[in-house]
Amino acid sequence: MISLRNVHKSYGHVQVLNGCSAEIRKGEVIVVCGPSGSGKSTLIKCINGLEPIDRGEIVVEGVSVGARGTDLPKLRARVGMVFQHFELFPHMTVMDNLTLAQVKVLGRGADQARQKAGALLDRVGLREHAAKHPGQLSGGQQQRVAIARALALDPVCMLFDEPTSALDPEMINEVLDVMTALARDGMTMVVVTHEMGFARKVANRVVFMDQGCIVEQAPSAEFFAAPKSERAQQFLSKVLEH
Amino acid sequence: MYEFDWSSIPGSLPFLWQGMMISLGITIVAVAAGIAWGTVLAVMRLSPSRPISLFATLYVSLFRSVPLVMVLLWFFLIVPSLLRDVLRLSHATDLRLASAMVGFSLFEAAYYSEIMRAGIQSVSKGQSSAALALGMTPLQAMWHVVLPQAFRNMVPLLLTQAIILFQDTSLVYVSALADFFGAAYKVGDRDGRLVEMLLFAGAVYFVLCSAASWGVRVLRRRVLA
Repeated sequence: MISLRNVHKSYGHVQVLNGCSAEIRKGEVIVVCGPSGSGKSTLIKCINGLEPIDRGEIVVEGVSVGARGTDLPKLRARVGMVFQHFELFPHMTVMDNLTLAQVKVLGRGADQARQKAGALLDRVGLREHAAKHPGQLSGGQQQRVAIARALALDPVCMLFDEPTSALDPEMINEVLDVMTALARDGMTMVVVTHEMGFARKVANRVVFMDQGCIVEQAPSAEFFAAPKSERAQQFLSKVLEH
Repeated sequence: MYEFDWSSIPGSLPFLWQGMMISLGITIVAVAAGIAWGTVLAVMRLSPSRPISLFATLYVSLFRSVPLVMVLLWFFLIVPSLLRDVLRLSHATDLRLASAMVGFSLFEAAYYSEIMRAGIQSVSKGQSSAALALGMTPLQAMWHVVLPQAFRNMVPLLLTQAIILFQDTSLVYVSALADFFGAAYKVGDRDGRLVEMLLFAGAVYFVLCSAASWGVRVLRRRVLA
């Protein structure tokens, strides 16, 4: 469903992605991990074209992301994205956050959009907060709204860019629970995260990155039991120690 | 010792009131049109297209580099004859008010565009990324997500600029248009009481503008809170 072929990207002299290749099949949950600055976030931002790539190719459901003539807005509407800092629209209510793109991008009617939004707010357990503004919600609640907002467009896959990194510890689980339920429902997901418990329990495969390269990809059980590369071993010993 | 004589004021209040309406009319039109056109210019200036951003940059630096009074004079000289030709109006039609409004709007747009540009840049990049990730086009993201927040962040500055604009409307005296200042001047000139009338006009400007500035300060505190 998503394939990355030899993707290169640099900011000036800094090479952030250095020949990354990976295949993600429908229904798979992939966790991308690695030390900070390894290019994980950049990699998933390239998948929906938020970051342009210099070389290589990214194909999502048969559409080449960087190609001339690709309708990027149309492609992005089919790829949901959740950000580290939620990025809910602070000047709108929760309900309007969920309906805006449905109406403006997909052309749904207002009633249909509100119905869809209501059902999704139920799913993330926040129906009663529909009329509030994002600033009135806790971080965990905001991130759940952000997930619902992305789901409102019926995406074929979801990208998560460190969805719990900006959260207080006690709020991490409510977000991971929503993501776990989503994975159980068969959503294709690419998740950049440091939550190794989530990776172990939910991910089908782990992609380990370091210095702009994909160093290792393996089924998650295999990766956690016996990481092959030395760098992955070092990384795991650091994050799993505590 | 100069003897003050304020007796011209009561009788001329209706005339001064008419002048105040002209001043306020120009201010309101120029603020509305200036913010609208200024916002378009700000968006153009931040556009990835080189010719578009160059046009906006040139426009803004042109209007910011010439004195307002000169711009107004150009417009008093050019716009009326242009409009008469285009609309086939008779020479009797007084177009000074219209040309003042056009001149102020175009001039103020340059200043408003700088305020709106700062406002747009005050909205985090993550907000437009989120809008784009939802499939919005860059213009939709700008209109629905970035501009409302930019505008809200900049309301105090936009209003402060409006207060300055209100004071600057007195420059229409170059066209002998009777705005509030022009009306006061005319009355003072007629009665030989120029000092009193200008002191009175100054006091009115002072009271109105400091009240408005105080209002903006209160608002700013509430926006920041």
